[in-house]
Amino acid sequence: MTRIELTVNGEQRSAEVEPRLLLVHYLRETCGLRAANVGCDTTSCGACTVLLNDVSVKSCTVLAVQAAGMSVTTAEGLAPDGELHPVAAAFRQNHGLQCGFCTPGMVMAAVSLLAENPHPTEEEVREGLEGNFCRCTGYHNIVASVLDAADVLDPGGTRAAGVSA
Amino acid sequence: MIPAPFDYVAAQSPEHALELLAEHGDDAKLLAGGHSLLPMMKLRLATPAVLIDIGRLSELAGITADDGELVIGATTRHADLAAAELARSQAPLLAHAAALVGDPQIRHRGTIGGSLSHADPAADLPMALLALGGRVELTGPDGVRTVSADDFFVGFFETVLRPQEMLTAVRVARKPGVPWGYQKFVRRANDWAIVGVAAVDGRVALANMGSRPLRATAAEQAMADGASAAEAAELAAEGTSPGEDIHADREYRAHLARVLTRRALEHQR
Ligand SMILES: Cc1cc2nc3c(=O)[nH]c(=O)nc-3n(C[C@H](O)[C@H](O)[C@H](O)COP(=O)(O)OP(=O)(O)OC[C@H]3O[C@@H](n4cnc5c(N)ncnc54)[C@H](O)[C@@H]3O)c2cc1C
Ligand code: FES
Ligand code: FES
Repeated sequence: MTRIELTVNGEQRSAEVEPRLLLVHYLRETCGLRAANVGCDTTSCGACTVLLNDVSVKSCTVLAVQAAGMSVTTAEGLAPDGELHPVAAAFRQNHGLQCGFCTPGMVMAAVSLLAENPHPTEEEVREGLEGNFCRCTGYHNIVASVLDAADVLDPGGTRAAGVSA
Repeated sequence: MIPAPFDYVAAQSPEHALELLAEHGDDAKLLAGGHSLLPMMKLRLATPAVLIDIGRLSELAGITADDGELVIGATTRHADLAAAELARSQAPLLAHAAALVGDPQIRHRGTIGGSLSHADPAADLPMALLALGGRVELTGPDGVRTVSADDFFVGFFETVLRPQEMLTAVRVARKPGVPWGYQKFVRRANDWAIVGVAAVDGRVALANMGSRPLRATAAEQAMADGASAAEAAELAAEGTSPGEDIHADREYRAHLARVLTRRALEHQR
């Protein structure tokens, strides 16, 4: 067993974990945070996406011990007061989900994408979400949600000309 | 899927990592980004007894320029390499290759040292390093040795790294403004190349055309002798030995190598 100290959704935590414990299992089973889903379990689908020190990672392919000393944010952590984060709100507004299984991962990937590129073009959103699969295949509205969220988060910004939103 | 049990040590410094490697030898594996090693451990294709985590060693990360070369630390993440202005201006082919690895989440975790040490013949960075004629620094109990990309990759997922050595840095010649071409043929999102081609400065490297990244030497020779891009590209699959899988048989891979080499030579940036 290895002792780890880390921050999860702003809360300092300490735990004794087996080194082979995956971060996604630590979050779901130890912390009781069920937003990050296990879909493929093979680093492909992105359903398990969370932020590690503010950038998106697939938590099925990170050991909990690798997150020691770092800060983890799950979709729950985007809404500490119960009010939807602008990206989550944009998904609701634009019908960016169907069954919802991929949604927490999509939202976290989108938050990371918009932090790196506040005004992506449609193509950049599609490429930026390359690591997230939606088996309901509602990609059109997911892309529209992210473009909409970009306008809400940074109303004054502009994206590259000539690409339709 | 859960990996088999192992002991875990977070290295406190590069020297500590080397001490741990010396102590545990073949039973241990270095853990950098974990984006090749952990998937293999989850499938139990790898069952190391000890993992030595070098992923948070900031001493090993970062990009600097010395006189003629760009020096990239082993634990530099793909996303950081792709975004670094220094890399984009001095070794744009390498930055571009890093930007095409997997997907954003994978690029946030995977490291250049891990990718090169893993030596997947289908991977982007090994091919890019070979095209650039780059070198790797391998640090072991007896000090540092520098090995050229031409000599580093020796077989299927196999390099000249010894069990007690760690890849500590990558060196590529600074080539600002030198035209380069990069072609990666994929069918699925966040996937490895079915065939890849990187071309710069008279060198042409191929991904997934054999058990290791290969030079298209016949095409290079033809170019040196004055052949056109189209003529040289016809020779791109000579001397290669591609495998077969659900995506492509040998004949199709050879065809892709020729077509992508022509594109890489004709559409240079
Ligand atoms: C779904 C998926 C898609 C991918 N797609 C692509 C792609 O399109 N193109 C591509 O190129 N790659 C792709 N990859 C692989 C990715 O680039 C990995 O990040 C990379 O191959 C390994 O880097 P790492 O830092 O994660 O290494 P790790 O997994 O930590 O280590 C890999 C191996 O290298 C050894 N090692 C690590 N660092 C060192 C070092 N400094 N010295 C000596 N040995 C070391 C380890 O012991 C291990 O054997 C993909 C991976 C996944 C999971
Ligand atoms: S469950 Fe992690 S990527 Fe699919
Ligand atoms: S909404 Fe069902 S998987 Fe995306």
